[in-house]
Amino acid sequence: MQEKDNTRRKVLIGLTSAVGLSGIPFAATPFIAAWNPSAKAKAAGASVKLDVSKMQYGQQIQVAWRKQPVFVVRHTKESLENIDSALPKLADPNSDQIEEPYKGQNPTRSKSSEYTVMVGVCTHLGCSPKYHPEVEPKPWDASWAGGFFCPCHGSMFDMVGRVYKGVPAPTNLPVPPHFFDGSILTIGEDGGTA
Amino acid sequence: MSEMVGKLFGWVNSRLPVSNTFERHLSKHPVPSKVNFWYLFGALASVVLIIQIVSGIWLIMPYSNTEEEAFASIEYIMRDVDYGWVIRYMHTTGASMFFAVVYLHMFRGLLYGSYQKPKELVWIFGCTIYLAMMAEGFLGYVLPYGQMSYWGAQVIISLFGAIPYIGESLELWIRGDYYISGITVSRFFALHVVALPLVLIALVFLHLVALHEVGAGNPEGVDIEEHLDDDGVPLDSVPFFPYKVLNALVGIGVFMTVFAIIMFFFPEGGGYFIEMANFEEANPLVTPEHIAPVWYYSPYYAMLRAVPDKLGGLIVMGSAVAILFVVPWLDKSKVASIRYKGIYSKVALALFGISFITLGYLGTVSVTEVRKTMSVICTVIYFAFFLLMPVYTKYEKTLEVPERL
Repeated sequence: MQEKDNTRRKVLIGLTSAVGLSGIPFAATPFIAAWNPSAKAKAAGASVKLDVSKMQYGQQIQVAWRKQPVFVVRHTKESLENIDSALPKLADPNSDQIEEPYKGQNPTRSKSSEYTVMVGVCTHLGCSPKYHPEVEPKPWDASWAGGFFCPCHGSMFDMVGRVYKGVPAPTNLPVPPHFFDGSILTIGEDGGTA
Repeated sequence: MSEMVGKLFGWVNSRLPVSNTFERHLSKHPVPSKVNFWYLFGALASVVLIIQIVSGIWLIMPYSNTEEEAFASIEYIMRDVDYGWVIRYMHTTGASMFFAVVYLHMFRGLLYGSYQKPKELVWIFGCTIYLAMMAEGFLGYVLPYGQMSYWGAQVIISLFGAIPYIGESLELWIRGDYYISGITVSRFFALHVVALPLVLIALVFLHLVALHEVGAGNPEGVDIEEHLDDDGVPLDSVPFFPYKVLNALVGIGVFMTVFAIIMFFFPEGGGYFIEMANFEEANPLVTPEHIAPVWYYSPYYAMLRAVPDKLGGLIVMGSAVAILFVVPWLDKSKVASIRYKGIYSKVALALFGISFITLGYLGTVSVTEVRKTMSVICTVIYFAFFLLMPVYTKYEKTLEVPERL
C-alpha cells in the first residue's frame, strides 16, 4: 500500500516538475530578448555615406559609423607599391583568422584599389589606434614602415590595418561592409557593385 | 504609560521574535574577548554599505540616465543642487573606502585563517560579496558617462568578446547597441541601483547569519567553543553589547574622520578615486591617451596586461578572483593564525601582499618592457601563493596553539 502510493506520488511530482520547469525558458525569453538592440538602435546603426574624392593622397579620415570610428585611408602611389613592406612582421597577412568580407579582391582589403576602409577600434581592448603613415624610426619600432599604433597597449598595424606579431591585439582591424558608387562611399551596407 | 508600552511590546514579541533575534544577533551574541584592530573592518564595511545606500538614493533623484543628459546631470548635481557635491563625493569616496576596508578585511581572513573549518561558507559568501561589489563599482563608474566611463566600459565589455563563438553577440547583447550608448547606461543604471544592491544586501545577510552560526574568530586561532560556562557560553567571550559595540564605535569614529577628510579635501584622490579623464564627456571617437582602471581594480588589470593573449588574459584575471573561493580547501594547516604557522606561510603571505600591491601600482601606469616583466613575476607569485598553499601549509613546522585566549 505504502509503496504503491509512493510510485504514484513520484510520477506526479516528476510530471508536475517537468511542466513547471518547461515554463522557465518561456518566462526567461522576454527578459533576455529585451536586452537585444531595439528597433530604434538598429535604425540608428544603419549605413553612412560620404564623398571620398576630395581626400588627399596619404590622408586618413575618421567617419563615425555606429558611433565607432571607421578609418578611410587614401593611399599614395608609394604606399600602394610598398604595401607589403612590413610583411615578415605581420601575424596574419592574408586575414585568414578573421572574417574578411572582400578577401582577395584588392591588396587594400577594400572594394577599391586606392582606399582602405577599416573599423578603427583596436582588436585588443577597443582603443582607437593612431595613424602614423611616415616611414621612419619610431619609439615603438626602429624600422617602422607606416601604419597604425595603438597608444593604449602598444599594438601595431600596417597601412591596411593588418596586425603585427607579438603585440596584444589578436587580429587585424576588421573591414566593415561597404561599397563605392563612383566617389560615394557607403559604410555599413554591402550594396551594389564596386 | 510604560505599562502600555510593555504590553504592546509583549503583544508584538509573541507574534514576531523581536527580543529573541535581537539578543541572539546583537546584544547577547558572544564574541571572542581578545581581538585586535584587524577585526574592525567588517563593522566598517557595513557602515560604508549604509553610507552608499543612503547617498546613492539621494543621487538617483537628480541623476538622468540618458546619453544626452547623464554627464550634464552629474555637473548639475555638483553645481546646482544644494549640497549635491557633498552627496556625490560621499558616494565616490564611499566606493573607494568600501574597497579599502574590504581588502583589509579579506587580508585579515588570510592572516588569521578566518576561512578554516567551520567558517568556509562565511568566507564564500564574503568572496561573493567582493565579486558583486566589483560588478557594482564597475556599473556605477559608467553612469556619469565621462571619457573614462566610456572607455573603461569599452575595455571591460570587450573582454566578453574574447569568449570563443558567442563573444561578439554577447557584447552586443550586453550593450544593447553597437556602442556604449544611452541604452547601455540606462540598463547599467537599473542594475546598479536596484538589482545588485538587492543581491549585496542578501549576501551580507547570509554572511552575517553564517558567521553568527559558527562564531567569530580571533587572532590566536583558539577555538573558544572548547571551554564553555554552565550556560553554554564560551568562557573566553564577551557579549556583543556593550563590549564589541562600544569598541567598534571608536573605530568607526576614527574611520569617519578619515572618510570626511578625503571627502572634503581630496575627493578625487589624485586621480585614483575619480580619474581626471572622467571630467570630460564620453566621446566614442577619441580614446584617452592612457586608459587605467580605478585603483581597486588595478591589480587585476595589471594581470590582464601581463598576458599577451586576449582570451588568456581574461582567464588569468577571472581565475585570480575565482581562486579566492577555494582557499578553505587549499590551506592544509593544523593551525589557523599566522602567529602559530611556520616560516613558509609567513614568507608566502608577505610575498603575496607585496606582489598584490605592486600589481595594483602597475595596473595604474602605462606599459613598458620592465613593468610588463614585473607584472608577469607578480602574477606568478599571486597564483603561487594559492596553488602551493596545500604544500607549504602541510609540510611546515607549526607552533602549539594555547588552550585559552
